[in-house]
Amino acid sequence: MADFISGFWNMYVMVLVALSILFCVFVLASNMTKREKGPVELHGHVWDETIAEYNNPLPRWWMYLFWLTIIFAVTYLAIYPGFGDVNQHRGQWAQYDAEMAKAEERYGPIFAKYREMDVMAVAADPEANAMGKRLFLTYCAQCHGSAAQGNKGFPNLTDDEWQWGGDPEAIKATITGGRMGIMTPFGPILGGEGVKDVANYVRSLSGLAHDSLRAQRGKEAFDTNCVACHGADGTGNPMLGAPNLANKAWLYGSSEATIVETITHGRTNQMPAFGEFLGEDKVHLLTAYVLSLSKQ
Amino acid sequence: MQSQATYNYKVVRQFAIMTVVWGIVGMLVGVIAAAQLVWPELNVHEFLHFGRLRPLHTNGVIFAFGGCALFATSYYVVQRTCHTRLFAPGLAAFTFWGWQLVILLAVITLPLGYTSSKEYAELEWPIDILIAIVWVSYAIVFFGTIAKRKVSHIYVANWFFGGFILTVALLHIVNSAAIPISMTSMKSYSAYAGVQDAMVQWWYGHNAVGFFLTAGFLGMMYYFVPKQADRPVYSYRLSVVHFWALIFTYMWAGPHHLHYTALPDWTQSVGMVFSLILLAPSWGGMINGVMTLSGAWHKLRTDPILKFLITALSFYGMSTFEGPMMSIKTVNALSHYTDWTVGHVHSGALGWVAMISIGSIYFLLPRMYGKTEMYSVKLINAHFWIATIGIVLYIASMWISGVMQGLMWRATNADGTLTYSFVESVKASYPFWTIRFIGGVLFLAGMLIMFYNMVKTIAGQKAYEAPVLAPAAAHA
Repeated sequence: MADFISGFWNMYVMVLVALSILFCVFVLASNMTKREKGPVELHGHVWDETIAEYNNPLPRWWMYLFWLTIIFAVTYLAIYPGFGDVNQHRGQWAQYDAEMAKAEERYGPIFAKYREMDVMAVAADPEANAMGKRLFLTYCAQCHGSAAQGNKGFPNLTDDEWQWGGDPEAIKATITGGRMGIMTPFGPILGGEGVKDVANYVRSLSGLAHDSLRAQRGKEAFDTNCVACHGADGTGNPMLGAPNLANKAWLYGSSEATIVETITHGRTNQMPAFGEFLGEDKVHLLTAYVLSLSKQ
Repeated sequence: MQSQATYNYKVVRQFAIMTVVWGIVGMLVGVIAAAQLVWPELNVHEFLHFGRLRPLHTNGVIFAFGGCALFATSYYVVQRTCHTRLFAPGLAAFTFWGWQLVILLAVITLPLGYTSSKEYAELEWPIDILIAIVWVSYAIVFFGTIAKRKVSHIYVANWFFGGFILTVALLHIVNSAAIPISMTSMKSYSAYAGVQDAMVQWWYGHNAVGFFLTAGFLGMMYYFVPKQADRPVYSYRLSVVHFWALIFTYMWAGPHHLHYTALPDWTQSVGMVFSLILLAPSWGGMINGVMTLSGAWHKLRTDPILKFLITALSFYGMSTFEGPMMSIKTVNALSHYTDWTVGHVHSGALGWVAMISIGSIYFLLPRMYGKTEMYSVKLINAHFWIATIGIVLYIASMWISGVMQGLMWRATNADGTLTYSFVESVKASYPFWTIRFIGGVLFLAGMLIMFYNMVKTIAGQKAYEAPVLAPAAAHA
């Protein structure tokens, strides 16, 4: 952007803007003729048999309208950032800062009054809960759904299953700093058949229908390749964001085909960081609201 | 006082017929896109997905329908008001076939997903080069005809056509500058980056409105309104002032498409004030057109072609008032990104561009076959009323849903959180999108009536070329 607002381009555009406005002034000023008495004359040329032109003067009201917009333009450009990069205190960034400061002053205290309260106490407060819900609908519902029920790739927040931990500190850390979940692809290591075997073993962990022969073979591969993150019993590790495979919650789906896809190609997922954007007070309220969803 | 030579009507006839054909195609795609908004399950295939049909619709109605109308009328008007046959007939024929090829390529490549992603300039670089060649040929034919004119004074319609042709060449070439990823690939990247790219794009985008959709069609207006009303143009002086003011101010209005973005503040201010200055020059054209009718108002009652032309001018006046208002930053903060913009565009596109084109084509078509009237004047009248009702439904529904969306997006609760999530504003828009769809269907139905009337007018008729008229002596 720097070259766009360098002094040269400011100057270049200023000169052209001024010339364009002056040109309008010139065209208008040199055509201020008034209506003369008697009938209006034709201009004197005829085209294509019938086309001729009257030489009526400019309508007065129209002329005044034109003058008015020119005067407004010059005034506006002089007061606001207009003739080059000046008057920044009336520019959009100044306007943004002022509006944000005003909002902070007005709404800040509403959120701040819960700052000192314990998260669980906030979660139990109906008023705070309503505010948390409104925050959730504004900032979180796009991915997690308006009822926080989640979607493929976006965790359900109502089921009390937590990839990164479900205690207040962990949830707050998730909202504040975001999370980056990575499952490494195992297709090349396990091979097509190997992946299917592991998928069947994974399904067996949560009691889903599976091919027991494959599951048996899959367990061996699981024990060498998967336990590091998902644990020996497949119950996962919140420190790494490794999901529990032995429960009913599935981030991408539990069908054999989906699990095969997950193991073969791996998954990458991201929860954005909201700490800096929302500030501590709102994150505090949101944490309480999210907790309340699954602790009912 | 008639010489042997005739006007070149062949290329005018070809473009006039294709105006109606492409009008139907372009508006049909628009109706489908409108239906997809109401019934999302109509997005049946990636080629027919809203994201690909929408640019096909805009390119189809602007450049295929509007473009053919401009070619047809400018070739007709420049010959008749210069009292000479069209310059370089071979090149003129090339502009017809070249332009049809451009449209055909658009119809194929846009659904396939080839796009430069620049709004109203989506076509990829090989097609852009073809457009540039066709357009330069158009300029040679047009200005060549002006150069060999038999009258000393150039009629005002030709100033506007000339301004439109020159500027569109400049706009297209500068904005479409791109670097292909390889000579065998359709994909290219813009020569500009970041906010400069956005600025160049909307400099192009708004001047496409200003010169393609305004100056060009004002050229049309300046011939067909006085011709059909059989009255002299209201004011030569006004036409001089508003022409030059329009040319000088339109160029600056583009930044109003980028209010409250990364574009520097002063650039936004310049865009806003020039949009406001544009109000009077734009209205100059409306005044000159409407006042031309003074003394002949009764003709509106019986002449549906004149109804089309004058209604077009009314919509022109309305949208050129609305435009400057929407460019004011405070208003724009509400209207931007909402359906209000869509409504504004269509009051210009349907009300002004399409109505003036339709009126002019109804005038042209019979004359291409040595007649003076269409097969059925009643059907023109029916077309007029169906189209007008369609426009009103379209614009009114978009106004309401646009303002509603703007208000819903900015509504806040007592604690400063948003009252509505985005999807709630989408849900609330459905009834208005249904009304818009019905408006579009009506407008398309009018075009089908026009097609029938055209076929009946042409059937059994022989192509005709009128003899070149000697210019009238001055002060005739």
